[in-house]
Amino acid sequence: MASYRLIVNGEPRSIEAWDPAQPLLYALRNALGLHGVKFGCGLGQCGACTVLIDGAPARSCTTTIAQAAGKSVTTLEGLGSPERPHPVQAAFIAEQAAQCGYCTNGIVMTAVGLLARTPHPTAEQVKTALAGNLCRCGSHDRVVRAVLRAAAGAGS
Amino acid sequence: METRLYTRRAVLKGGALVVGFSFAGLPLASAQGVAQAGAAPGRTLDQRQVDAFLAVRRNGSVIVYSGKVDLGTGHRIAMRQMVAEELAIPVTRIELIEGDTALTPDQGSTAGSSGVTRGGVQLRQAAATAREALIARASTHLGRPAAELELADGYVRATGGSARISLGELVGDSAFDVPMNPKARLKDPGTYTVVGQPLPRPDIPAKLTGRYVYVHDFKLPGMMHARVVRPPAVAAQLLDYDAGSIAQIPGTQVVRIKDFLAIVSDDEWAAVRAARELKTRWSEAATLIGHTAVRAWARSGPFTNNEVLVNKGTTAALAGSAHALRAAYYWPVQSHASIGPSCAVADVQADHATIWSASQGTHRYQSAYAQMLGLPREKVHLIYLDGAGCYGMNGHDDAAADAVLLSRALKRPVRVQWTREDELGWDPKGPPQLLEISATLDAAGHIDAWETEMWLPTATANLAHVPLLAPQAAGMPQPVGESTGLIAQNGDPPYRAPNVKVHVHWIAQAPLRPSNIRAPGKVANCFAVESFVDELAAHAGVDPLEFRLRDLADPRGVEVLKKAAALIGWQPRSASESRRATQPVATGRGLAYVHYKNNENYVAIAMEVAVERSSGKISVKRVACAHDCGLMINPDNVRAQVEGCILQTISRTLYEETEFDRSRVTSVDWSSYRLLRFPDVPQLDIALIDRRHEPPLGAGEAATAPVAAALANAVFDATGARLREAPFTHERVRAALAQA
Ligand code: FES
Ligand code: FES
Repeated sequence: MASYRLIVNGEPRSIEAWDPAQPLLYALRNALGLHGVKFGCGLGQCGACTVLIDGAPARSCTTTIAQAAGKSVTTLEGLGSPERPHPVQAAFIAEQAAQCGYCTNGIVMTAVGLLARTPHPTAEQVKTALAGNLCRCGSHDRVVRAVLRAAAGAGS
Repeated sequence: METRLYTRRAVLKGGALVVGFSFAGLPLASAQGVAQAGAAPGRTLDQRQVDAFLAVRRNGSVIVYSGKVDLGTGHRIAMRQMVAEELAIPVTRIELIEGDTALTPDQGSTAGSSGVTRGGVQLRQAAATAREALIARASTHLGRPAAELELADGYVRATGGSARISLGELVGDSAFDVPMNPKARLKDPGTYTVVGQPLPRPDIPAKLTGRYVYVHDFKLPGMMHARVVRPPAVAAQLLDYDAGSIAQIPGTQVVRIKDFLAIVSDDEWAAVRAARELKTRWSEAATLIGHTAVRAWARSGPFTNNEVLVNKGTTAALAGSAHALRAAYYWPVQSHASIGPSCAVADVQADHATIWSASQGTHRYQSAYAQMLGLPREKVHLIYLDGAGCYGMNGHDDAAADAVLLSRALKRPVRVQWTREDELGWDPKGPPQLLEISATLDAAGHIDAWETEMWLPTATANLAHVPLLAPQAAGMPQPVGESTGLIAQNGDPPYRAPNVKVHVHWIAQAPLRPSNIRAPGKVANCFAVESFVDELAAHAGVDPLEFRLRDLADPRGVEVLKKAAALIGWQPRSASESRRATQPVATGRGLAYVHYKNNENYVAIAMEVAVERSSGKISVKRVACAHDCGLMINPDNVRAQVEGCILQTISRTLYEETEFDRSRVTSVDWSSYRLLRFPDVPQLDIALIDRRHEPPLGAGEAATAPVAAALANAVFDATGARLREAPFTHERVRAALAQA
């Protein structure tokens, strides 16, 4: 067992793993109990597992624990809580921008990454940024509205 | 209906047990939840009793027991609204327990858009009956005639007086003990204050902040993680495996039961790796026909029977008519394609079992697992937890069967997580459909005779449940047959036509194990019927909207068609006027209409598309939808469902086909099974028709039905090319353009 140190949601954490190739996804969900991050494909194709690594959206299913070591990871739980949601979370709640909500983790994390780079995106830019996030329920229209709402600062 | 008492011990099993959700959508776990569930001692599941559906706690809050579940569809708020309205309490004072076989009555699977229309309506009747009982009791307590009493804000109070008594004081923690009164008077919809409001869903904040417990997130002490090792071919037998091939992976264990093979471990990643790396040998198997052969195969039989569904007037003249128009339409095998692969947790003990599942039908699958375990049905307790959206029976019930087998073998709680490949490869599939339609027009260009001939996989009568993979592989007895849902509906034109025949050749076996997929059958049937209506309109040289309206009698149908046309800015023209053959990108608009199941929702959809001639790529630019589902419990939920119906069906129409060879499904990831992506999403204009004095019809399915035809008709309007086979791939579009 090796031990990997990383910052998760602002806290230094040390994670034991027998395999340096273990995806960050399992460390977050199981070792740390942060199950906001979702397993969707394990192939880097759907975006459900997206977290922020050093502020940029990354797929935790294809990022190994060894690659994440020494980095700062933010998960959905780290953005905000039901009582004090992050502005993007608040905008999604206001727009009721989820059906089953399984894809939503990855969409929110990708949106947070987008707004950090492009604070005032157009609807087209939002769609392009989310091109790698799949949603089967068809929440897309609300999602785009929610991201634009967050960008307009009307989320909270 | 059997009556069973709730036993506290059975529910306590498992420790960190979720039995309900707080209003904020956070799971009520362990002690808190159990205490609440136990708040109504001696509760019954007999649906003739109000107590099966409702309980009142001493503090006056109400517990609703719903056999129907929220599949990401908003039932959690809608059910509360229906009860809150009748009992005159705020929705925040209602807790909801759903899909728990020990606590909730068996209201049937949450399928066929039945959540509100059947489940919710039953809860509403229970609440109306409860209101009568509360008023009768209060009348005794307060010494006032019932006619002078009303419910308001958690009290029964005298109209125009100060005397009042709270619901908690009247029945708190005890049973109503009153039979359901099907005639209990419902509130006048004209006075509704809660029903009809777009109240926010209680589960959304927890889902948005990562606090929500999906079945994928549920954990028990001592729980092991499992991955099932699937055969390389459907029906292949396991010859042997080499345990040494995974010796380098710590803490894993192989479980084999005949052809059922799985890896379990305390460490999830170890189970994942071992399942990938385990060396196995399987027998050869080539029992499938391959997806490219399905269309031709459908006509070849064997058939269980031929059934005439509609027979009006006579269509005898059609067969030999030189004037008849004919066309065949094909819809392929498709996957539910849930974004989260299925998952379940089972804890099997010697004399009972508890299973946490995202099943649409927890009650229905109770007997399946009981049979696997050799236990009486009532010793198998299923508890619903949210999964990823399923849109019909995806892999959840199979994952639960996997977990049951493994927990029994290991005597430990086991969590089975399917892989992406499992889900797209092995979920039961939406069945293929082939339709051939012929019709003649009368001298004035109206439909004279119409015949629809269908080739559809049969649904086995009285099948207990869809046969499951795990017991199949383990050589356990299973029901024999197939389930597909009511896939033959809406095969007739929804317009005036004097002579109509619809008949089905029921194919004995589907090419891959089928199950119900959203709006079973209606997506393909409406695609065929409403495309063909468009072909007839073009043939008659009549504007497609006009062609429909002039023979549509039902005013609710007329209203949605006119509304959708207005939203898209419909300009009357016959199809031949619109084609601009010279432009590299052709644009056009089309529409389609359904009266869902001929007795439910009215939906019209109009679409604007652009077709790139060189590539064959279709872009949907705009979708306008007018939707009448009777009374809307929560219009924002309805809107979300309609959005989902439209976008999901655009995806199914443009991109989706489960591909398979002679041995196995080959479209097992998101590059080989493509879904609609954000940049493909069109502008949506949705009009919801307010019909508060009509019965609620639900919104989970109907708007899927007209999508494919509206799209195909818009492509025809743009290019003159007819698309009669889904998905509308670039190759098919180019081929159709070449023929246009
Ligand atoms: S789970 Fe990581 S991209 Fe799908
Ligand atoms: S909300 Fe269900 S997959 Fe996106």
